[in-house]
Amino acid sequence: MPSTEFEQIVLAGADDHDLTKLSEYEKVGGYQSLRKALGMERQAVLDELITASVRGRGGAGFPSGRKASFVPKPEQTTKPIYLTINADESEPGTFKDREIMARVPHRLIEGALITAYTIGSNAVFIYIRGEYLTEYEIVKAALDEARDRGLVGANIAGSSWNCTIVLHRGAGAYICGEETALLESLEGKRGQPRSKPPFPAIAGLYAAPTLINNVETIATVPAVIARGGAWYATLGVENANGTRVFSLSGNVVNGGNYELPLGTSLREVIYDIGGGIPNGRTLKAIIPGGSSTPILRADQIDTALDYDSVAAGGSMLGSGGIIAIDDRACMVQVALRVASFYQHESCGKCTPCREGTRWLVSLITKIEAGQGSNADLDLLVDVCGRIMGRSLCPLGDAAAMPISSYVERFREEFQAHIDQGCCPYGDQSSLDGILGPVQQAARMHRQLAVIA
Amino acid sequence: MSETALYLAIQDVAAQYPQRRSAVLPALRLAQEAHGGWLPAEAFRAVADALELTPAYCKSVASFYDMFQLAPVGTHMIEVCTNISCALVGAQATLEAFESELGIRAGETTPDGAFTLRTIECLGGCGWGTVVSCDHRYKQHVKPADVPALIEELRHAEH
Ligand SMILES: Cc1cc2nc3c(=O)[nH]c(=O)nc-3n(C[C@H](O)[C@H](O)[C@H](O)COP(=O)(O)O)c2cc1C
Ligand code: SF4
Ligand code: FES
Repeated sequence: MPSTEFEQIVLAGADDHDLTKLSEYEKVGGYQSLRKALGMERQAVLDELITASVRGRGGAGFPSGRKASFVPKPEQTTKPIYLTINADESEPGTFKDREIMARVPHRLIEGALITAYTIGSNAVFIYIRGEYLTEYEIVKAALDEARDRGLVGANIAGSSWNCTIVLHRGAGAYICGEETALLESLEGKRGQPRSKPPFPAIAGLYAAPTLINNVETIATVPAVIARGGAWYATLGVENANGTRVFSLSGNVVNGGNYELPLGTSLREVIYDIGGGIPNGRTLKAIIPGGSSTPILRADQIDTALDYDSVAAGGSMLGSGGIIAIDDRACMVQVALRVASFYQHESCGKCTPCREGTRWLVSLITKIEAGQGSNADLDLLVDVCGRIMGRSLCPLGDAAAMPISSYVERFREEFQAHIDQGCCPYGDQSSLDGILGPVQQAARMHRQLAVIA
Repeated sequence: MSETALYLAIQDVAAQYPQRRSAVLPALRLAQEAHGGWLPAEAFRAVADALELTPAYCKSVASFYDMFQLAPVGTHMIEVCTNISCALVGAQATLEAFESELGIRAGETTPDGAFTLRTIECLGGCGWGTVVSCDHRYKQHVKPADVPALIEELRHAEH
């Protein structure tokens, strides 16, 4: 369970109360921030958000108050203004938004209402990933309860302000977490990203001004309004305010979500809170922020989890999904599994990513099987370079960045496969034979071809 | 669900959105539920008719998303996450336990039509691997030894 040494913001109260219930949420001050905000000028609420400077928790880390300020004011546009909440969480290693929705759904709803009020929106869409059926039911029940109590819909909390919230389920596509793909999907289309500009703040859902924020970003808003942006800004470290709900997984004793101040070190998370590496094994590598972030070597364990420190270590804080990898894992197999995911999820709209992700998988497959040459390894690095910075949306970079980091930081393992003509782990790697959806499809097609 | 009930259910969902086409995903989900877990040609015609779109458009949308099935599936869907965090804690052994217990390989349906087994990308439960989605309900920490009981549970579940 989450450590109690630090003050929780997003998950506060959830250990002692069933905060899925409105009455329990009200006992811990629930919906008081909404009432407070409704009594303030929109600009004053926005100023608090800007002062708090909560950096977007969806991965990119853009300051959320500033992003909200890019949305035109209601008097500056003839179109409706929309708030869309990104609950599509699908980055491997990341499962915090699921826990927020399951345990503090009303905090998400309250944060959504305050944010909508701030930008002059009367319509919120929560795009929840399709696989999250249980979480969908929990958020839906919370919404129904809030609606019955006059907190969602017309004349909210006795004010003259109206706002609807629609809970929209995705249908299984990682790319729909990318904000413009999400909007396409919400418009009833294939989830393929749009080119930017225009940015969603100007032309988003139905070409109207749209603010898009992650679940966790939105769930910080009630606390910011209750206690002030200046207070929030004292939490965490410089340039990385507040707490984050870190997801910890992989080869670690106590996997789970832990809300901690930004700036906590990887060592504290993995060893002090996570209980270290099971079965007396040794830590070999750490993926710090979801599978799209470059890998760190075990000797970088003292890296602090804030944007600048992780960047200085050659990676990114990303989605806050920390994956511990012990010494049984063949790094080439790790690369193959990660590359396979991005190939499966590439939407196919632009050439570098569509073709490049296939190339990555086939080159790594060849090297892993011990059939690769030094030229293949050079080509692998070259393909990464041809994807990075050349793709229409950041998924291309998300596929190439980790792969080039595995080669850079564990080159000796790739080289050993080439030199020995086989996997040096034999069949003893923890990932041996792992079958992803991409390999599953390829295997079925080969079977069919044999029968035909 | 009758054709008329499906039509009316789609109208209800569509009314939530400023533009009706936004209801394509929910409508496809309703149509899939009404057609035994997959989308035959008449399901696309029903969605297209209810939302004033074309069947081909609806099919092109459906084909983009992993949760829509374009071919028949078993009564129960078992999806084993084999993404990185689950893989590190033994997802492959769990998958193989399902394969041997059901006598099929990942991607297949049992001959009696009771189970479809497939691998799936990260389900968002990585800290509690291996995660298996059984009829869209998550089972966490699934070890090979847990597999027979999970299958029994599904066999007796109402659908
Ligand atoms: C391929 C891809 C997948 C993404 N998936 C998610 C996601 O699942 N959830 C999320 O909040 N943001 C995701 N993002 C980031 C969003 O595009 C966007 O930056 C974010 O939702 C903005 O919210 P924030 O400013 O509150 O972080 C993804 C980005 C890319 C490129
Ligand atoms: S980078 Fe990949 S996911 Fe993004 S638009 Fe191009 S093909 Fe689609
Ligand atoms: S890796 Fe299996 S649930 Fe995320």
